[in-house]
Amino acid sequence: MADLIWVYAEIVDGKISRATLELLGKAAELGTAEAVLLGPGPDDAVTTLSRHGASKVYRSDDPVYRDHLTLPAVETIATLIAAHHPTVMLFASSYGGRDVAAALSARLDCGALTDVGDLAVKDGAIVATIPALGGSYQNTTTLTGPGPKLVLVRPKAFEIKPGAASATVEDVPAPRDTALRRIRVLERVTTEREGPQLEDSRVIVSGGRGLKGPERFAMLQELAQLLGGAVGATRAAVDAAWVPYALQIGQTGKTVKPDLYVACGISGAIQHLAGMKGSKTIVAINTDADAPIFQVADLGVVGDVFKVIPQLIEELKKRKRA
Amino acid sequence: MNIVVCAKIVPVSSVTIQIDPGTRRMIRKDVSQELDPQAAKAVEEALRLAERHGGSVTVVVMGGEDATVGIRSALAMGASAAIHLSDPALAGSDALGTSKALAAAIRRAPFDLVLCATESSDSYAGLVPGQLAQLLGIPPLTFATALTVDGNTVTIKRQSEGGYDTVSAELPALVTVTTGINEPRYPTLKGIMGAKKKEIRKYTAADLGLGPGDVGASGAREHVLTVGRPPARPPGKTIRDEGDGGKQIADFLAGLKLV
Repeated sequence: MADLIWVYAEIVDGKISRATLELLGKAAELGTAEAVLLGPGPDDAVTTLSRHGASKVYRSDDPVYRDHLTLPAVETIATLIAAHHPTVMLFASSYGGRDVAAALSARLDCGALTDVGDLAVKDGAIVATIPALGGSYQNTTTLTGPGPKLVLVRPKAFEIKPGAASATVEDVPAPRDTALRRIRVLERVTTEREGPQLEDSRVIVSGGRGLKGPERFAMLQELAQLLGGAVGATRAAVDAAWVPYALQIGQTGKTVKPDLYVACGISGAIQHLAGMKGSKTIVAINTDADAPIFQVADLGVVGDVFKVIPQLIEELKKRKRA
Repeated sequence: MNIVVCAKIVPVSSVTIQIDPGTRRMIRKDVSQELDPQAAKAVEEALRLAERHGGSVTVVVMGGEDATVGIRSALAMGASAAIHLSDPALAGSDALGTSKALAAAIRRAPFDLVLCATESSDSYAGLVPGQLAQLLGIPPLTFATALTVDGNTVTIKRQSEGGYDTVSAELPALVTVTTGINEPRYPTLKGIMGAKKKEIRKYTAADLGLGPGDVGASGAREHVLTVGRPPARPPGKTIRDEGDGGKQIADFLAGLKLV
């Protein structure tokens, strides 16, 4: 019998998240894919899940999951797991996915794996490929002991595989225990974002500490526009409050795999490399010839970003006019 | 308010961490250790809360003898006391084993708030805080970019995919802080001198009532099977800007049909 592979489906910005669809594609490849979707969502949520690999969806649209976050979701999933015994449950490395997986792993005393880049399942056992220490190692790891194998997957690890299918839906009751409502969401604030989203961009122009301040990000914005891309940043630039957290690329930010990544004034700390090493082509500009970013760059220019980037911008404009 | 900070002691950031292919663990021997810079943010946040509302800050660390330097840093910043879980029986614990040990230690004294970094800066797994909250039976408020306590209520700005959420809970609760939340203070000379006199309470696994089925390599669910290196990228070209660096990049991109 095929292994039962569950996916924790998430709604982000009113839609089934891209990461959820990535997980479903892999789940369908590994065994019988089923999704658990909790909280209010779009009308076509179940259809979207089934078209991406789910053969069954456990569904509750109760607002308790949206308004009280982790605890109700953990309660419901623990109950479902006890009844159906999935071999594996996949979670995205999102804020919500990480919270639910961590709490479940303690509640079920089963542990969990994080940052997983690939996964194999055989006879109920799993082997996960995990890039360790910012991707300088690539280890294989397993989880032993009873209970489901909870696996947090890196963004972009798997491809979305749309297909035609229909899923059965099982409505699940939401827990009523008030103790599960101890976490209260009082307000949700969406920061205005302009231009293409980082995760979906084919081209990313990214800036780090070498930009020396927030003003110079305007230069990157101009370059990004010329290349039809988006602007990203390192943790150093975000911690310095030069740009918002939403732009952060790296282990503690977004993982991106664009066709072209232009790293400007970025040294290439492990934490940053982890989020962008998968880019198809990498161009780096940095004053320090020994900067680790040059180890991964297809073209490295040792030089001053404030001279090289403006020249590149002029050059691209000239060629566009020609 | 009794605040507990869970801190990890990690290899100093200037060191490239290696994995021993034999034991399949990080090599910590002969590598200088420090208070994890991410945990320092949790310590800082705890100290600010204690300064504003009164109370104590206790740092809890699990690690070998070489963790003492990092523990002293947290005490030098201003933490009132430290608990050090140090025992060969704890070595090789996975995240859940670590969480069980931390929970057992934290339960031994009254607490109102537990603070953790979102994740450590050496392994980045980020599982321990969520597991710990579950084991302690307290609500986890995670990914805080700002934190306030008003009476018995803790409220955070929680990082979200599209912005932030304002989220609150009654104490006792656990909060994880992101790296942007504050800039940790440097210990003063007085702080460093004072830290030497502060108590570091030590516990073994047995003290905490934990056996080989709970902690250490024997209690671990997570097992590294193989240690390897990822496939290398084909080597690129590095040039020095001689005044035409921008043009060279444009040519390179044109060659790949990227412009």
